[in-house]
Formats: sequence, structure tokens, C-alpha cells
Amino acid sequence: MAKLSVNRKQYDVDADPNTPLLWVIRDDCGLTGTKFGCGVAQCGACTVHVGGEARRSCVTPFKAAVGKEVTTIEGISPDSTHALQKAWIEADVPQCGYCQSGQIMSAAILLKENSKPTDADIDAAMSGIICRCGTYNRIRDAIKKAAIAGGAK
Amino acid sequence: MRFSKTNNLKLAVIGIAVFALAGFAWTGGLAPRVDNTLVGTLGDSGLDREAVSIAAFNETAKVFFSARCANCHPAGDTPTQGDEMTPHTQGVTRGKDGRGVYGMKCTTCHQNENLDGPHLPPGTTKDWHMPPAPHKMPFQGLTAGQLCRNFKDPKQNGGFKTAKEAMEHVHKRDALVMWAWEPGNGRSVPPMSFEQFDAKVKEWVDNGAACPE
Repeated sequence: MAKLSVNRKQYDVDADPNTPLLWVIRDDCGLTGTKFGCGVAQCGACTVHVGGEARRSCVTPFKAAVGKEVTTIEGISPDSTHALQKAWIEADVPQCGYCQSGQIMSAAILLKENSKPTDADIDAAMSGIICRCGTYNRIRDAIKKAAIAGGAK
Repeated sequence: MRFSKTNNLKLAVIGIAVFALAGFAWTGGLAPRVDNTLVGTLGDSGLDREAVSIAAFNETAKVFFSARCANCHPAGDTPTQGDEMTPHTQGVTRGKDGRGVYGMKCTTCHQNENLDGPHLPPGTTKDWHMPPAPHKMPFQGLTAGQLCRNFKDPKQNGGFKTAKEAMEHVHKRDALVMWAWEPGNGRSVPPMSFEQFDAKVKEWVDNGAACPE
């Protein structure tokens, strides 16, 4: 049994230390906003924050997150009012919606480190998060809207 | 024959002169007009050491240019992957500190261990990264001679004043270096053992860190 802190809440998790963090988040913590996409860190749908950094939870062993704060899409704001979430709605970004939690979690790291990203910065930060609907232009628009509105908060 | 450090410069000048004269003699069909006494007492061993050093570096270059090492020492700012050394998927870039950018850092995917299974990212106990932007240390796209001279250039090698200092990265068995011989998941390894490689690096340095053309 190990203690895992997710969205500032402590969970007692009885899982093999090598279990991908994604399954602990979804199955043990019951937080299903983080999605399984490819399982090999190629698509970015499973992106969460561990210790304030983006991590592909599908390849991150559970043991690597113990003792660190894990943040998922459910924890990025208490009431879905993070600047990115509001901009996502305003720009009507999601189409099928499957990738959006990974997109927003990656964009949050971008805005945390760069409050005024250029197109090139956005490309460099978001190139690893695949959108099968091809909503990349709207994603870029929403990130710029969020940056103007206040960035990382 | 052993020489003091103060003789090294003199030996190098004599060595170059001997090479030049020998080359002239071969191409021109003339007998070399060299003071045999001088060469016999000062030059032979110096030339031997240079040749040994160059030969040793050429052996080490086979490792440096192998995929496990050169993938993270690309010609540009995007690492390569696989034995085919294709550009890294997802448009990964170096970043200022060699650890990627924003949510696209190396450790976003690469863990502190190799993951067992096809297509999963490799990892080692040390944070996965490539050389930082101020000294990119490219291996790809260089000749062995260019690589050799870069290793000795403090502006290229990260500020190491001598080849010996620069090669401590190898000698102290840096985790990222050692990973090349335990890459996991059936990945190929460099064309000689680490011990053979380490010995060749030492041989290159100990014999004057001479560089191929």
C-alpha cells in the first residue's frame, strides 16, 4: 500500500509499483478525465502533471509519482475556470474531445513557463499531443486567448 | 623513449616537418633529406605516439558515431531515434538546457529505467537529456577528425580545457554513456564493449590526443 497525492487529495493505493500511473489515476482514484490513447507515450492524451512537470501517465510507473503531487484535468481548477478551460469553451475547441485533457494539461505547462507564447512556442510545446480531429488551429487560438486572459491561472 | 612535457612542442614541430619531408620524398621520388641523427633521437617515438593516438581515436569514433550515442548528438536541435537515426517523433527539440521544452521535455516520456515492451521509450537512472544549447556537441554529420577537434575545443566541449578532462564523461561511467550498452528491448549496442571503448579513449588521450585529418 502506498500513498499517492492526486489533486491535493491523499489516496491509499494498493498497486504494483510498475503499474502505469494512468491506471492508478483512473481505476484506483476514479478520475477518468485522463484518457488512454496509445499506451507508448506517442499521442499525449494521458498527459498529467507530476511534481509540476508534464508526464505521459501511460508510461510513468506509479512508483515514480509516489511522494510527488499529481495534478489531473480534474484538479487544474476547482470549478473548471482555469483560463485554458474558459478559452477552450470560448474557442469551441473540442470536436470528439478525446485528446483535450492532454492538450490542456500540456498547454498549462507552456503558459506556466511562458506567459506570452509565440506560434513557434506553441508548436514546440504542443507538437507531441495528437488531435485526431485536427483541431490544431482552434487549440492555438485558445492558448492565445488564455494567455491574454491571464495565462497559467 | 620518454620525453618531458617541455619537449612536446619541439617534437610536434619536428614531427610535422618529418611528415612534410617524407610526403615530398614519396611524391617526388626523392630520398628524404632528413637529419637522421635528430629523428633517431627525438622523432621516432613522437611519430609513433601520434599514429597510435590517431588509430585509437578512429576506433572510438565507431562508438561515437553508433546510433545509441549519436542519436542524442544530432546535427540540428532535434534528436534522432532508432538504428536508422530518423528524426525523433513528435518534433522533440533540444531546449536551452538540453532537456526539451515546456510539456515536451525528455523526461515527459523517458523514465529512470528502460520500459519493457515494443515502442516504449528507453530510460536510465540519470535524467534523459542531450547536450545543452551553449555546447551542442554534435556527432552526426562530422568526420572523425572534426569530432576529435571538437572534443579538444573548450567552446565546443562544454568548457573542458583538455581532451583528458572532456573524456571524464566516459571514464566516470556516466549513466547516459553506460546506457548505450544496456539499451533494453533488443536495441543494438555500439560495436565494441565499454571496456574496449574506454581503453581506446585512454589510449587516444595518453598518446597526445592527436586527431585524424
